[in-house]
Amino acid sequence: MIRLAATIALSHLLSRRRQTLVSLLGVTLGVAFFLAVSSMMQGSDADFIKRLVDNSPHVTVYDEFREVRPQPALLSFPDAVVEIRSQKPRAEVRGIRQYKEKLALIADMPRVRVAPVLVGQAIVSFAGKDLGATINGVVPELMTKVSTIEEHFVAGSLETLASDTNGIVIGTGLADKLGVGMGKNLTVTSPAGVVRIMKIVGLFRTGNAAYDDGQAFVLLKRSQSLLNRPNVANRLILKLEDPDLASSVAGAVEAAVGYKSQSWQEASQDLMSLLKIRRIMMYSVVGAILVVASFGIYNVISTVVLEKTRDIAIMKSMGFHARDVLVIFLIEGAVVGLAGSLLGTGLGFLMMLGLSRIEIKTPFNTEPTSLPLDWGLFPVALGVGFAMASALAAAYLPARKGAKVHPVDILRGAA
Amino acid sequence: MTGPLLRTEALTRVLPGEVPVTLVRDVTLEIGRGEFVAIMGPSGSGKSSLLYLLGLLDMPTSGRIWLDGQDTAGLDEDALAAIRLRHLGFVFQFHFLLAEFTARDNVLLPMRRLGALSAREASDKADALLASVGLAEHAHKHPSQLSGGQRQRVAIARALANDPKVILADEPTGALDTRASASLRDSFHDLAHRKGCSIVAVTHDPTFARAADRILYLVDGRLQPPERAAELFQLSIR
Repeated sequence: MIRLAATIALSHLLSRRRQTLVSLLGVTLGVAFFLAVSSMMQGSDADFIKRLVDNSPHVTVYDEFREVRPQPALLSFPDAVVEIRSQKPRAEVRGIRQYKEKLALIADMPRVRVAPVLVGQAIVSFAGKDLGATINGVVPELMTKVSTIEEHFVAGSLETLASDTNGIVIGTGLADKLGVGMGKNLTVTSPAGVVRIMKIVGLFRTGNAAYDDGQAFVLLKRSQSLLNRPNVANRLILKLEDPDLASSVAGAVEAAVGYKSQSWQEASQDLMSLLKIRRIMMYSVVGAILVVASFGIYNVISTVVLEKTRDIAIMKSMGFHARDVLVIFLIEGAVVGLAGSLLGTGLGFLMMLGLSRIEIKTPFNTEPTSLPLDWGLFPVALGVGFAMASALAAAYLPARKGAKVHPVDILRGAA
Repeated sequence: MTGPLLRTEALTRVLPGEVPVTLVRDVTLEIGRGEFVAIMGPSGSGKSSLLYLLGLLDMPTSGRIWLDGQDTAGLDEDALAAIRLRHLGFVFQFHFLLAEFTARDNVLLPMRRLGALSAREASDKADALLASVGLAEHAHKHPSQLSGGQRQRVAIARALANDPKVILADEPTGALDTRASASLRDSFHDLAHRKGCSIVAVTHDPTFARAADRILYLVDGRLQPPERAAELFQLSIR
């Protein structure tokens, strides 16, 4: 029956060639645009997440707790009904206690690299100019294993810090503002009142202005003395072999060390939500193209049903079932949907090929980059699936109408 | 199987509505195997409505129909469609051929739907049927390339495709000239008497009706007794 239904369906479509071609073109363009746009969006999402994952720690352990720890008075008298005012609260000592032990504990975890950091604020001065900067005290040998900062050096390196204990690495933005370059001495003043003269041994440029204007790297020991916090680190930075495991690793680390451990997904929740919203918007727009295209299919099949009412009546009088008629018109929708999807996929790949040849020069990249595209089969499957679904849905309504034709009503009218 | 091929009992069809219209009233009849029966009557007397009921295209409001001993009451749409496909053939006033298909493809349609024959067997049978109605050399033509009489003969060949037990014809000569009508009349006569296929034909054409074995006469949906039918037929000739 399917072969017979397909023969009849094709004869119907061929009897209205121009209308069929227009609806076919609609589906073709719809699928092509769907493919090109969703490939571009998927590609840019993947590229964005890759940059996010590559350039930020996968897990960061902070010197703070998820929930504020209760004061000793509350712990001693949990059921007390009288509040004692003006008691002296216990002051928290900032920093990760016994960070070296915790560092060793995390380093023993499989497929995890970890580095300690002491982050603090300082004033960096040169030739009468004072600028605020975030001082990152690092162990260069460990830091290079968990950070991509090395890739962004325009002069010197992080390793140089190891050989020059008074060395400092700053961003090019900060250097430009101060008017300094490699080898110059800066005066660094911490909130603890400690003043150090430090020599610039490295310059980096990440392209992120806020980072390049405000971050500086020194040796961990130097930052501990500068910030007057000996033997303390307030961050542990983790890099994982599989970034997707960051959430579970963060949970395990937090359970093991007690300090707040944040995965990159948690830290970038706002950005991930933004990507999600962007994706919904994109699929709504390109999906709308296919929905509009499906109106063309609805139109052609409705017209055929209307024109072929008499044929439907005669087929039913011959012994065709209502579902045979339904199948005939659904096949018409499927044929237009499938042919449009195949042509649209071809056209979509051609469009993607064209897009991939467009070169973009960003301000911080000397090498031109091309548009990030996702060449995977997911957008194709999604586009074809959506086109087929809308084609069948568009065909179903007139097909159902055709299937419901009562032969006697038509034969009486025709007689 | 013995007994009548088609039998009805108190068949009534009322069109519902604000003012219900009775199309067929209390019709009880029997059609024998290989019998050629003409149904006559004035316009609006319910001839076509009775034919649609006999062809299981419409459902009676009351009464029953037996086809070859099988009670058709209570059968669903699919079962009725299966009976139509296997045992009934229809010829209408207007040929109702599928315009996009050739004469051969039109004749092949019921056979392909039934699926009892191989493609080759079905094609050979279609050619044989077209040859039997004198259209062997027109098998490849589309309906638009055939005359009215030729189209009607293609419709007859199509009605015969699945070797039906009954051919139901609604004004088959209505759109034909005298010569084509005579040819069709002979075809029906031959089908009934040589091939044993029962024919029930609604007609206004007394010449055509005269070729039938029996003439039924309907007035206001009611089947007239044989004597009254003969009188009315005579009146219709004048």
